Parts: sequence; C-alpha cells; structure tokens
Amino acid sequence: MPKAKSALTGAHFLNGDIACAEGAIAAGCRFFAGYPITPATEIAEHLSMRMPEFGGIYIQMEDEIASMAAVIGASYSGLKAMTATSGPGFSLMQENIGLAVMTEAPCVIVDVMRGGPSTGQPTLPGQQDVMQAKWGSHGDYGIIALSPSSVQEMFDLTVEAFNLSETYRVPTLLMGDEIVGHMWEKVVIPPPDKIRIVNRKKPNVPREKYLPFKPDENLVPSMACFGEGFRFHATGLTHNEHGYPRTTSSEVQSQLVHRLVDKIQKNADKIVRVEEVMLEDADIVVVAYGIVARAGLSAIRKAREKGIKAGLLRLITLWPFPEKQVAKAAQSARAIVVPEMNCGQMVREVERAAKETPVAFLSKLGEDPHTPLEILEVIRRSK
Amino acid sequence: MPERIRHAPLDLEKVKPAKMEIHLIKDECKGCGYCIEYCPKKVLEQSDEINARGVHPPRIVDESQCINCSFCSIVCPDFAIFVTEKKNKEEK
Amino acid sequence: MVQENVPPVILHPFSKYLREDMMPHIWCQGCGNGVLLNAFVHALDELQTDLDKLVVVSGIGCIGRSAGYMNTDSFHTTHGRALPFATGVKLANPELEVVVISGDGDLFAIGGNHFIHAARRNIGIKVLCANNLNYGMTGGQQGPTTPLDSVTTTSMYGNIEHPFNLVHLAAASGATYVARWTSLHVRRLTQSIKKMLQKEGFCFIEMLSPCPEIYGRYNKMRSGLEMMGWFKKASVVENFSDPSKADITADRIVVGEFVDINKLSYEKMLHEKISKINEKAMEKVS
Repeated sequence: MPKAKSALTGAHFLNGDIACAEGAIAAGCRFFAGYPITPATEIAEHLSMRMPEFGGIYIQMEDEIASMAAVIGASYSGLKAMTATSGPGFSLMQENIGLAVMTEAPCVIVDVMRGGPSTGQPTLPGQQDVMQAKWGSHGDYGIIALSPSSVQEMFDLTVEAFNLSETYRVPTLLMGDEIVGHMWEKVVIPPPDKIRIVNRKKPNVPREKYLPFKPDENLVPSMACFGEGFRFHATGLTHNEHGYPRTTSSEVQSQLVHRLVDKIQKNADKIVRVEEVMLEDADIVVVAYGIVARAGLSAIRKAREKGIKAGLLRLITLWPFPEKQVAKAAQSARAIVVPEMNCGQMVREVERAAKETPVAFLSKLGEDPHTPLEILEVIRRSK
Repeated sequence: MPERIRHAPLDLEKVKPAKMEIHLIKDECKGCGYCIEYCPKKVLEQSDEINARGVHPPRIVDESQCINCSFCSIVCPDFAIFVTEKKNKEEK
Repeated sequence: MVQENVPPVILHPFSKYLREDMMPHIWCQGCGNGVLLNAFVHALDELQTDLDKLVVVSGIGCIGRSAGYMNTDSFHTTHGRALPFATGVKLANPELEVVVISGDGDLFAIGGNHFIHAARRNIGIKVLCANNLNYGMTGGQQGPTTPLDSVTTTSMYGNIEHPFNLVHLAAASGATYVARWTSLHVRRLTQSIKKMLQKEGFCFIEMLSPCPEIYGRYNKMRSGLEMMGWFKKASVVENFSDPSKADITADRIVVGEFVDINKLSYEKMLHEKISKINEKAMEKVS
C-alpha cells in the first residue's frame, strides 16, 4: 500500500471531478468502471491514472449499463467500487442500480448533473436528476443521495458516500453538478489515518449457518464475498433470507421490499446531514443544495444586512429527505424559499415537510445558478 | 475399406469386465426418454409404473449388458439416473 | 395414499454440486438446460475443481435459473448483464473461476454488445450458452438465433429474420476457445467444458438445447426425443472448420470445436501493468 504522501495529503488546488476521484481513493475504492460523459469524464481520466498506483482497477466498459453491472460484480468480489456519469448515463444505469439495491451491493455512483432532459446541455449545470435519484429505478426501495456544494465537499462527501454504502449495503449516489465538478478550489486532504473509513460488516457465523440476506438489528445483513467459501446465491428476483428466489410468496415480497425501504428510512436520523446557517431566529428560510446553496448563503447574508432575518438550510443529504430538519425550520419561519436549477423537484418534498408554511420556488435553468440578488428578491417578496 | 482385425483382448483371462449397477431415482424422472432411447445396449425401457410426477420412469431390462458408457448419467436433465461399478463384495 | 415400503432415498453422486434445497429444478420434460448443467457438473467432477473458488453467473431466462441450482457462489443478474457483472467479479479477484451460464437471448440480444466486448477484451470468463432457438422463459418468442421460417409466438407467420451464427460471432469477436455441441453430444460437451476450464482467456461453448414444450411444439417437434432426433440426424462434427460456414438448418447442424488459440487474457495484462505501476508509485514515496 503506497504511503501517506502519494495519497495527496495536504492542501491542493483541484477541480471537483478530480477531488471526487481522490476522495474515492482515500475512501479505499479500488475498482472503477465507467464510460466517458461530459462533465464527469475527468473522474474517469484521473482514476485511470491513479487507480493502478494504488493497485486498484480501472476499466472503461462499453456503456453505462455495463459499467454499473461491473461495479456490482466487483463489490460482490470484495472491492469498494464506483462509477461516475451524468444524466444520460444515469438513466441507463437505473435498472442496474435497482439490481444493486435488491442485492444490497455497496457501491457509489456519481452523477455530475448537466442540463437535461435527454442529451440536453452537456457542458452546463443542472439539478434536474434529483428526483430521479430517489425514484429512477422501478419498484419501491430506499437509497441515499448526497449533494456536494464545493470542491472540498466533492472530496469529503465521496468518502462519506463510501462509508454510508458500506454501512447500509446500499448504492449511494453523489449528485454533483457541472459547476461543482469543473470548478477549481482549494481542497485540504487529511492524512489517511485521520480519514474515517467504514467497511462492510462481515459474517460472524460459520459457513453452514450463513444466511446472506438475514438482517441484523439495523436491518442490514452481513456481507460475505465471492471466494470466501460461503457459497451463497444472490438474485435480482424477490428472495428469502437464503437468497433463493421466491417469486410467488406475498409474504416474502412484503418483508423484503419493506425492509429495503425501512433500511434507509428507519436509519434516517443517522444518515441525514444538513448545514444550518442563522436558522435560530430566521423568519425566511432558504432551503437549497449543491452549487445553488452558495448563492443562497450570500443571499441570506445580504438579507440580514437589510434587516431581514433570513437563514439557510443547506441539504447535504438529499435522500433520505431531511424531513425533520425542514419541518423544524418551517415551524418557526414565516416562509421558505427554494431555489433549484430545475422546474421544481426537491421543492415538492420541502412543501410536504413544511406543511402550512408557504414555500416560494425559484427556478433557473442554463449556464449560471441563481445569483444572490435573484434569491434576495424572492426573500424580500416572501417577507 | 481397411480390413478390421478383431481378436479377444489379450488379458481377458486376467481382467474381468466390470459389473455395473444402474441407479434410478424414480421420482426425479420427468419421463423425457433420453436414457432409454440412446443407451447403446438398450438396457432400459419405459416402465408401466407412474412416479410422483405422473410419468413413466425407465425400467432396467438387463443390467448385465451395461457397458458403463455413462451416457444416461450425463444426458439425464433431471439427475435421475447414474451408474456405479459393483464392488467385488456384495453391496446393496 | 402412503406407500408402505418406502425405498431409501438415493443420493445422486453429484448432489454436492447442486443446492439440494432448491431442487427439483423448474425446467420442462426434456429441456436441454438440465443436460448442460449435468455435463458442467461432470466436467467439474473430473477436474476436481475447487468449488469455493468457482463463481457461477447467469442472466435472465430458463437457463438463468442455473446459478440458483449450483452449490457455489452464484449470482443471477438483470437481463443481458451477466457478462459485465462477471467482468467486475473476475477483475476484482482473478483467482476466481468465473463461469457465465446463460441463454441465446440473454447473451446475444439484449446482451449482444456486452458479449462482443467481453470477447474482444479476452477476459478469462467461461461462457456456456444454452441455445434453444427462442425465448423460453417468457413463452416462446423469437430471438436472435431463431431459424428462418420458424414459428414462434411473435413470428406466427414464420420468422423472417436471419439468425446469428453464434460460433462465428464468438470467433470473430476474439474468443480463444469456441465450440458448438448439442445436448446429444454429452461426452464431447463435457470434454469441451473441461478444456475450457483449463484455458486462459474468453471461452465460449454453445449447446443446442431442445425446448420441446415451446419451440419444438410450434415447429413440428413435439417432444424432446423428436428434437434430439433432429440433432442426431443433422449433426456433423467438423472440428476446426470455418465457423462462418457452421450452419444450423433442418438438414445440417455443424458441431465441433472451431477455435482453440492462445492469447494473453485481459486480467493477466491488467494485473501485470497494475503491479508495475504500483511498484513505481511505491518507489516514489519511499
């Protein structure tokens, strides 16, 4: 294992994609399968050079569907695995994200969002995939999605994404956007022994007694991997604790699907992270995420200068949705402002959690995120 | 056409051909008939009995004719037939 | 009605290769899938393969259930994605023997792209394809290997699509071992599987499989015996003949080994390269 120095410890000037790639390496990711797509290509390019330095594997697959399948395969073989893509690739990966959810394969998928729908605007930012992050694959399931709003967070949240995916045996999504992915900022990378790494829970029973999908108290089963002699079977079909298909049992279906949903929902308190700025006495709360949250921060500061008691609730976790935190902020606020670079996605969840408190939505599509003044205007109008 | 010279194996006195034992796991059989049809020595035929699956499993006609080609063992899609060598001592 | 003299339960000598708690399998009377599994298990037994290091990956289809019946680490993927999944497994741990058991539709329709790339890369995955000339699991629709003029549930007027020649496709894509047998040629199939398991690189064996309940029934071969009869009548063994001329028609089924070459596998090249780069990186920091 290469020593600390080559793990890029220290302060660096990096772009978001590269920071994400370094975050993956720092987290212990040793398998990347991907397909080039703007604006995530740099993650693949950087990892194609860095992975082998750490003894890890980089493979460019023939398409995003294959990339996601290979990631699950590598995860089941015991490696921490990742892929990176943007909107069109994210759509292609959905079926296999469903497979990862169903077979509870820990893995990380980075979606550097761009203008959509369809081919859209490959080189411009967007936040149009955030609902797809939760509902993109067919069927009912729970999933974790994080939203970085700086290059530092592209590093930090990638590490966190791996930790979450290993803890909960669930594919974890990192929903970046083209701006956060392509901009250059200072990143401080701690030494390896200061970075918290979580590994999947291994079975603590003898081989004959191992049940690959029997959950522990936190609803997550322990995970053996191929080649360890456990000889287990995993399938995308509805299955029982042995992993055997049970395609005609209502009871098994109910138990399994509810557990996949509850696994995330019931552990939400341990998963959800937000950043609260000046919320204690806020009348108007801006709820934002990703690059837009930075404009939001500037906007609330300007609002405060003008005597408006504004605060920012930055969503770091998009899914499971920070219902409690939004509800709490909404309770003491007079109004909520949600700026998004889409036509209204997370705002629906905010409205649901905010209940009676009025929510104003500000949409912006195209090259730039909202300017602080644009958000300030809505704050003023909501007052 | 080259002439075929046939003679008895030179060690026929010393080495006895093995006696085979055919095992039928009757209730696994789905009655496809492959073992019966393709046995080179026609050792099997369809029986009249009905097994747990509602089909006629095979019946051994003459076990002594079995030459251990193992075709039936490999071709059976249901793992319902296999052949073993009878040991010298009497073994069930 | 309870039988009075219940005979003792006979254990098949190869039951250790199968998940007894999943048997009996779901396949129809006369289905060739069982034959493929049987030949595979025979080959494993002759080679005394370490079952702890064997991973069986299957796709969707009747043959896709194979992974669930093998008593090894196994995975049942989404439709068509067995090969890229197997790629991830093999690269992450090249010590594992990775065998993909799948069908003609899974490997060559939806999975076609993945097949040609896995073969092109020459990843050391061993592929067993049960080609039953239609989509059995979903009721008998046409597929990429359905012969011209065949009747299937989605070609009731006769199939007008030319089928793939799988051995030609595999050979052209770069596989190091390519063979075709039928479910009648069980001994040669077993020997081919043994050969394949000891070979480096991407290997492909196609087994023409009877689907008497659906394909056979729609095409005047109502029983497994009639389909096997077709195999017996029409098969000719032409080892190392030109795979592009290896037809499957009513009168002629060309079987045999078509390709058996030596080519450095992807995972060997990859891991050699990674070792060198890793070493260099370690030197830099020490």
